[in-house]
Amino acid sequence: MKIEGKRAIWSEYQKEIADDKYYYVRSCIRQNFFPGSEVAFLKIMREELKKDVHEHPCHTTCSGIGYHGDVVPVETAMTVVARQFALMTEAGYTNYVPSCITSFGLYTEVLETWHHFPDVEQKVRQQLKKATGREFEVPKNLAHASDIIFKFRKEIAAKAKYKLINKNTGEPLKVVDHIGCHYAKMFPSKGVGGAEYPYVLAGMVEEWGGEVIDYPERRHCCGFGFRQYLVQANRGFSVACSKEKFESMQPFKPDMIITNCPGCPMFLDRWQYVINEMEGKRYGKDGEGIPVFTYEEVAGLILGYDPWDLGLQMHQTDCEPVLEKMGIDYNPDMKYEINGTITKVNSRVSLSI
Amino acid sequence: MDKFGFAISQQRQIDFEANRRDIAEYISEKEPSFRVCIECGCCAATCTTGNFTPFSLRELLILLKRGENDKVRDNINKCMLCGKCTLVCPRGVNTRNVISLAREAFQDRIKNAV
Repeated sequence: MKIEGKRAIWSEYQKEIADDKYYYVRSCIRQNFFPGSEVAFLKIMREELKKDVHEHPCHTTCSGIGYHGDVVPVETAMTVVARQFALMTEAGYTNYVPSCITSFGLYTEVLETWHHFPDVEQKVRQQLKKATGREFEVPKNLAHASDIIFKFRKEIAAKAKYKLINKNTGEPLKVVDHIGCHYAKMFPSKGVGGAEYPYVLAGMVEEWGGEVIDYPERRHCCGFGFRQYLVQANRGFSVACSKEKFESMQPFKPDMIITNCPGCPMFLDRWQYVINEMEGKRYGKDGEGIPVFTYEEVAGLILGYDPWDLGLQMHQTDCEPVLEKMGIDYNPDMKYEINGTITKVNSRVSLSI
Repeated sequence: MDKFGFAISQQRQIDFEANRRDIAEYISEKEPSFRVCIECGCCAATCTTGNFTPFSLRELLILLKRGENDKVRDNINKCMLCGKCTLVCPRGVNTRNVISLAREAFQDRIKNAV
């Protein structure tokens, strides 16, 4: 990997990311897949970085999953998006931060459409007014939650308790970064680093002590692809995409995968189990899987949060090899110990999250 | 398959670097008309074997050119060498000879190479 060349390309694709006063919208599927991630993001933003992050209880799905699954028409999706913007306007915020990559892609697409076709925006405004009586302002700044963590990666590194370094060898952990397709492949100028060389996760990994590995299928889709997974008969294509990525990254012996999309960690994590069940193949060292993390989980780990409070017990591929390598102090017996967590709460010992 | 209700789809990407074109080159050398085949499928349309079985000469010729030899080797002996394909070929490819040479190549010359 020629870092100098990549940096030259990355430098052309920078985006404006707001400093404070964020209106945060959660993902509709992410809380089921990796429920600790969004909680970790809020804790990092509010308690570590002291930022103002607002969540609205009336927020709904952006309908992007239905739009990309071909069951929600674009005008309906736009009206739902307009309602989310109206909630933001009512709350008095202007910096919109979606947790989901597909939401980010949909919001970007909608804003671009309205920019080029103002009559469509007027039509959507009328539809929203008629249906809900609401009015909205377009966000001044739209950034994905990973953009925010990327912006404050140095501040997080300064507070870090651990680093992405193998404590036994002193070598940096080899990290595969996987960016959701809807982050910058649709609108390269809207992502940090563009579509071919997105820097958003690579920047975090480098700042936190790890080494990003470049491999042939780095930009390949994880396999979610909406219809590929949503229709059971098509799931063979979904798992084949992940398999292609694993086979491509395996020779580089990655220690972990870091992702910024709801679907990618889900499928890169779960499909490892399915491939092992179907074909008996695993892609990590010594017959183990390759642990898959969200960027919030990685940020939480280096800040010293309890892995089980981050929800790492929800992963299908065990995360313990990475915890051991980083030298994280954790209690393996508490992994599925719900009673222990309840005891911790009852004894008024504050949870890490 | 039974456990999950689906199977992992096979790779459809053609890896030209991994494929071996020895057989195609051998045939082209001995039967130069093989080079002008335009894969129109007239041979397959007139093929008696193809009418009664999934055998397709057009498919085999394409696979040979790509160097995807496994399926060709498994199916080439289904041809009865009647020669009707040669009669209808608009490019004048001696398809009958192409098949004979392919069989020869698989059996003798490059038996262990593919």
